[in-house]
Amino acid sequence: MTAASTGPGDLDSASSAPLHPAAREVLLAALDRGYADPRRLHRAGREARLLLDNAREATADALGVRPDEVTFTPSGTHAVHLGLLGLVRGSRRGTRVVHSPVEHSAVRHAVAWGAEGDDRAVHVDRQGRVDGGSLVEDACSPHVGVVALQTANHEVATLQPVGELELPNDVPLFTDACASMGRLPLPDGWAAAAGSAHKWGGPAGVGVLLVRKRARWRNPFPGDDRVDERSTGFENVPAVLAAAASLQAVVAERDEVNARQHELVDVVRRRVAAEVPDVEVVGDPEHRLPHLVRFSCLYVDGEALVTELDRLGFGIASGSACTASTLTPSHVLEAMGVLTHGNVRLSLQRGTTRADVDAFCDALPGVVAEIRSRVGL
Amino acid sequence: MSPAHEVALELDCRDLPCPMPVIELARHLADVEVGELLAVVAHDPAAAVDVPAWCRMKRQEYVGADAADDGAPRYVVRRVRVGSS
Repeated sequence: MTAASTGPGDLDSASSAPLHPAAREVLLAALDRGYADPRRLHRAGREARLLLDNAREATADALGVRPDEVTFTPSGTHAVHLGLLGLVRGSRRGTRVVHSPVEHSAVRHAVAWGAEGDDRAVHVDRQGRVDGGSLVEDACSPHVGVVALQTANHEVATLQPVGELELPNDVPLFTDACASMGRLPLPDGWAAAAGSAHKWGGPAGVGVLLVRKRARWRNPFPGDDRVDERSTGFENVPAVLAAAASLQAVVAERDEVNARQHELVDVVRRRVAAEVPDVEVVGDPEHRLPHLVRFSCLYVDGEALVTELDRLGFGIASGSACTASTLTPSHVLEAMGVLTHGNVRLSLQRGTTRADVDAFCDALPGVVAEIRSRVGL
Repeated sequence: MSPAHEVALELDCRDLPCPMPVIELARHLADVEVGELLAVVAHDPAAAVDVPAWCRMKRQEYVGADAADDGAPRYVVRRVRVGSS
């Protein structure tokens, strides 16, 4: 028997959360029941179709949208690409995309591949909050087909003013909701949105694309002849159903979980700022995702920090330039003007306790001091 | 671009990876007098963000970016108080 690969020290749910218990049972049952092609009219096909339709309805219900607005994709990234580029393709105004400088790389890559656009005119403050006024102003310039703004930032947790934007007529909004879907209700005002199941405790390989009924969306990629006209390829029915079951469970328990996690993150923010010298806790302290916090330690190599904390049983993410293969700093932290090295992104699991958080906070000052002592600081 | 500021000390961090340029800056701050300028020359793209962020955290003054004689990016800091690392 090998040691469990996850445990109370896994504090990286924002990268991927373990399967929610509600999803596990559903997945196991659906593996046997939902293998067939949901387009076929025979018994096994009808069974798969039933499960797929159930998943769509449960997802729509959990998110407060219509079932025919829900499309399952092979990943959150693919949902972002489809959602954003489909609005660009459907636009009558142009192919320029106005987006914030703190969007996920999936948005930036989609724009670079299939549209035009830059983020230079859109302001972001030191806490990572996008200035909606500058976004709207830029959206009024010629040839703007789509505006893109995330619901919440995936690196620093700050919530964005998605529902407050007063965009010019005909300019649709794409919102990347991957960091918040399930955990928080969707904001208003978007034409298309994207989410990712493995971030809410569903299986990996399931993304959710939402396209509003009246939105002008055209498939930017080759089409297919599946059940859903926006999707391509054979549906992973068991995984999709498990993702929907997990989403329902997460939505049902989120008031309790969010309140608990918000408080635990407050503990981390307070203790790290008080107990580690030369550290900066970033992101909005209040208007944020409940489960995620980021801080930067001066003079510390991010890779060393990840390695040493892992040795002590803590799994955290670091977006430090020092750990990235490209050696370029995080564009999010760069836009905020905060330290790009020595970063820790800690994101709680649904079962993380006060004792787990305290154990991390107890260990951190010694780890940081030891790494700093290697360079004589 | 070329040097726009007269500095008392220039630190050659051209080939150092992140976060070494900022570490060198902290180590050598006390080598200049309060009121004098020191500069970090670094190709590390993180230095463009981290040197100003360091100044803010350590309450020193970030003067701006120019370039060393060979054109390498250079970040200029004014020591405005005694505190160092």
